Amino acid sequence: MGGFPILSAMLLVPLVAAMACLLVRAGTARSIALVATLLNLALGIALWANYDIGGAQWQFTERHEIFQGFSYALGIDGIALLLIVLSVFLMPICILASWESIQKRVGEYMAAFLIMELLMIGVFAAQDMFLFYIFFEAGLIPMYLIIGIWGGANRIYASYKFFLYTLLGSVLMLIAMLWMVNASGTTDIPTLMNYDFPVKAQTWLWLAFFASFAVKMPMWPVHTWLPDAHVQAPTAGSVILAGVLLKMGGYGFIRFSLPMFPEASAQLMWVIFVLSMAAVVITSLIALVQHDMKKLIAYSSVAHMAIVTVGLFSFNVQGLEGSMIVMLSHGLVSGALFLCVGVIYDRLHTREIDRYGGLSINMPHYALLFMLFTMASVGLPGTSGFVGEFLSLAGIYKVSTTVTLVCTTGIILGAAYMLYLYRRVAFGEQKNADAAAMSDLNLREWLMLGPIAAAVLWMGVYPESFLAPMRKDIAALDARLSRAAPSGDAHLVAGEPKAEAANAMPEGVGEHEATAEGAH
Amino acid sequence: MTSIYFIVFLPLLAAVVGGLGNRALGNTVVKLLTTGALFASCLLSWPIFLAFIGGTAEAGVVPVLQWVHSGSLNFDWALRVDALTAVMLVVITSVSALVHLYSWGYMEEDPDQPRFFAYLSLFTFAMLMLVTADNLVQMFFGWEGVGLASYLLIGFWFKKPSANAAAIKAFVVNRVGDLGFMLGIFGTFLVFGTVSIPEILAAAPSMSGSTIGFLGYRMHTMDILCILLFIGAMGKSAQLGLHTWLPDAMEGPTPVSALIHAATMVTAGVFMVCRLSPMFETAPVALSMVTFVGAATCIFAATIGTTQWDIKRVIAYSTCSQLGYMFFAAGVGAYGAAMFHLFTHAFFKALLFLGAGSVIHAMHHEQDMRYYGGLRKQIPFTFYAMLAGTLAITGVGIYWLHAGFAGFHSKDAILEVAFARGTELANFAFWMGAFAALLTSFYSWRLMFLTFWGRPRWIESEHIQHSVHKTPEQAGDDTTGGYHPHESPVSMLIPLGVLTLGAVFAGFIFNPQFLESENFWGGAIYFNEGLIHAMHGVPLWVKLSATIVMLLGFVTAWFAYIRDTSIPGKFVEQFRLLHKFVYNKWYFDELYDFLFVRPAFWFGRKFWKIGDEGIIDRFGPNGAAWLVEQGAVVAKKVQSGYLYSYALVMLLGLIAAVTWVMM
Repeated sequence: MGGFPILSAMLLVPLVAAMACLLVRAGTARSIALVATLLNLALGIALWANYDIGGAQWQFTERHEIFQGFSYALGIDGIALLLIVLSVFLMPICILASWESIQKRVGEYMAAFLIMELLMIGVFAAQDMFLFYIFFEAGLIPMYLIIGIWGGANRIYASYKFFLYTLLGSVLMLIAMLWMVNASGTTDIPTLMNYDFPVKAQTWLWLAFFASFAVKMPMWPVHTWLPDAHVQAPTAGSVILAGVLLKMGGYGFIRFSLPMFPEASAQLMWVIFVLSMAAVVITSLIALVQHDMKKLIAYSSVAHMAIVTVGLFSFNVQGLEGSMIVMLSHGLVSGALFLCVGVIYDRLHTREIDRYGGLSINMPHYALLFMLFTMASVGLPGTSGFVGEFLSLAGIYKVSTTVTLVCTTGIILGAAYMLYLYRRVAFGEQKNADAAAMSDLNLREWLMLGPIAAAVLWMGVYPESFLAPMRKDIAALDARLSRAAPSGDAHLVAGEPKAEAANAMPEGVGEHEATAEGAH
Repeated sequence: MTSIYFIVFLPLLAAVVGGLGNRALGNTVVKLLTTGALFASCLLSWPIFLAFIGGTAEAGVVPVLQWVHSGSLNFDWALRVDALTAVMLVVITSVSALVHLYSWGYMEEDPDQPRFFAYLSLFTFAMLMLVTADNLVQMFFGWEGVGLASYLLIGFWFKKPSANAAAIKAFVVNRVGDLGFMLGIFGTFLVFGTVSIPEILAAAPSMSGSTIGFLGYRMHTMDILCILLFIGAMGKSAQLGLHTWLPDAMEGPTPVSALIHAATMVTAGVFMVCRLSPMFETAPVALSMVTFVGAATCIFAATIGTTQWDIKRVIAYSTCSQLGYMFFAAGVGAYGAAMFHLFTHAFFKALLFLGAGSVIHAMHHEQDMRYYGGLRKQIPFTFYAMLAGTLAITGVGIYWLHAGFAGFHSKDAILEVAFARGTELANFAFWMGAFAALLTSFYSWRLMFLTFWGRPRWIESEHIQHSVHKTPEQAGDDTTGGYHPHESPVSMLIPLGVLTLGAVFAGFIFNPQFLESENFWGGAIYFNEGLIHAMHGVPLWVKLSATIVMLLGFVTAWFAYIRDTSIPGKFVEQFRLLHKFVYNKWYFDELYDFLFVRPAFWFGRKFWKIGDEGIIDRFGPNGAAWLVEQGAVVAKKVQSGYLYSYALVMLLGLIAAVTWVMM
């Protein structure tokens, strides 16, 4: 790729397309958005293909100083690469999902989505802390508009709640950032990742960043914006929200909290553990009693994200890599589940679970894909969900068996609420004539769900494609964290091995009888 | 060795093509494809097994694909073939191929056959991945894969609410076991730094004296690891406590019960303990648990089996009970005997289930034995097949000739070995096993007598009433209602015939290799030479005990169900409470419902309505919004625009400021 500024190009494409969308009629706007997102997907693939695994830590770097202490600096490592690829992969699918269901203000809608894409890529590619902050916070605006304008009946409440929560955290984060720049004299993220802040200050800085990332994640108990936002958002909004926006919290932890404040992270990891354990159990139980499909999946997202946070704070390679895979997998799977809801919502205009039933009869292809994503959400081995969950939990086991036990109950509860959902939607008798008359997936819907299904299986069977790019970066992070790494509660104490097997028989017992009687 | 690729992946290919092709390919093509693939797998499996029997084969591992490499945690897709795998290969592919064939007849009228056959093949693939696993994680893949297939097949008739409930129950209860399995894998990785089975087994003895922390307690490393793994085995093999899903799983079509819930999947737990036997041998407490749970399940399930009326449920509890035998055999160190019983059980239990399927097929889907009777003459082939199965499960044989049906060889060996082991717990297992053998004989013959002997009671069945369009009153003295049960089609009879051969000869032929030949196992399981010697030395009454209780059970059943059919009623009258307790399956379902299911939903609702909405939202975002609103109201009042109120505020401010400075 030589000197071609591919990251800037990926920001520019959606920006230009967004402006174009504002000026043209609905039909053209859809086409422009689709072409632009596909173009960005192609750029994303090129990015992945040209990423030199094992090469420099930061690649595709661009840097233009704008004024003292603020520069337009882009660049990615393996972690950012994967999240960018996830974003550009989901975007064309979102455009397709909105193809028919969005009929008012189409140009503005497409523009909002394209701006959203720009900001998401920006967040993951920014190498300047304030540039990151701008992208990170600006992402709120298009999502706020998407929920508030194209959302459901109670969209205003949901969008305010979303905005209030997220804003609260970010104010504290900004103050912390200003303090950091003052203390270290740089806004360069790679430099800051290796800067040693005084341990005392770390605690406050960590808490300030935590306020922002915990809300984004979302962690219990600051999660209540998510179910409302999901329920009110249009399908594509939910996909981006669950697929990418939630990952910004995890990315924040992995990019800021952990490498910049390792001591504070070790000190305060109990906060993460307690909240995550609570999240797994409580939100899973809440998911069990939901009547609204989107709400159920939203609550399940909170439980899954808790596995991410415990994995991140396990201070070892398995936990970190596992968390990354859970993020990628959840991005695909929960996105796909929201699309599955969208498919039937478009036909019947209700998210009420009880209005459906027996869809396996009239929508067999839909039922098959829905089953695949259900199983991926449950973490069945062979799907992406398993690899991430397994690694995260294996990582956390080294730190605390209790946390592992509590978080692993998620696999039981997860199975319960997902299968209960699937049963009520796809199995049983066809109770309602209108639900029974719904047609199976059309080509457009296949194009949305098919690629995700393939990706889910790919990540489950051969996750090396996704582990390889980030291996070196995770190892570097692990090395940086090692000085603060806690000792686990499971540590082994060697002892004298026993000489004999448990069921070893005393020598010679019964031998003479055996020879006398012959073999039985 | 390359044939193992085909053995494992042909069923997957068939499942994918058949499942996705579904209606496009049509019933016959999908059925030919899946059944053909399974017979091919089966034909390729037997040479491997026979080579191990002949002592000419060597264990080996064939790589497939890299899977996960994360730091020091590495595991890949690979297929391991050794004697233990070879045994499982022939069991799985043979029973599966026969069940595929059987389903041609049994599922003939079902509108959804391609899906059924695709699921069956998918199951077989997952089971094969489980038994060829070279590392714990691939075993877990197979473990969950068979769980998925089992879920799909139990719920195959997805319009039935009871089938859906049973399917979810099976999956979720299994997941409770999986929790243990997963923690076991994590712990194993922590201790050994690897999940490769051969490496773990090699390193296990060196860790036998160490301790490790778990939930804040210090425990013996190997004991806690093996207990965690065994909890996984308990779930999959429906052992006491985690058994509740198995009887309900009978909601699935009968061929499924034969394949998954009798011959293969439920034995995965036993397989796991045998596969990890060198590891379990370093964990005495875990082995005690295995022995105890096995013995307890063995007797517990047998008691319930004696009271049930549904023909499939009787066989299901029988399976549960037989799995108990396998576990306590493993627990006392006789892994060869456990695997031997697994092997013979696969044949005779699949035979019994498929026979029951044939009876149900003949009786217009009626499963209640109270409405059977006198079927011996109507469906003779099925009768003889089930008779062979019954003789095999009850362990009919003649000690002095060393000749008998399959169960005679394997079950006797287990009882003898338990007695020979000599510890208190092993003795407990022996007595439980002997008593359970009595009950096994009783309920098996009860099933036979109720079904094939006596006078027809068919007209009492609603299914039959629907078929002949008569009520019992209209039928009068003709208790058959004019219904004519028909023998099943050839596609169903061939599997019965083949399995009958297995039930008759499998024990006799393979006895020496399984029980006595260290050479055959070639290190695939922990081989306990001393225990085998001790087994031969047990007193004669022990060796005859299984035969004696078998005869007792037979005679009791004969008295109660042939000689004087009023005995069972009187017995139940006499011990009403006891019968009610046993008949209701010891109230496990009710207990779990009360302890887990209801509280989960109750807590879910409370956390949602009180936690999220009542507290977090109320004092969080809504509270903040309310504060802002109130603040605005105050601000609005303050900014009234009246000069005098501003002047007042100024005056008050001035006074305050002056006071502050003065003080």
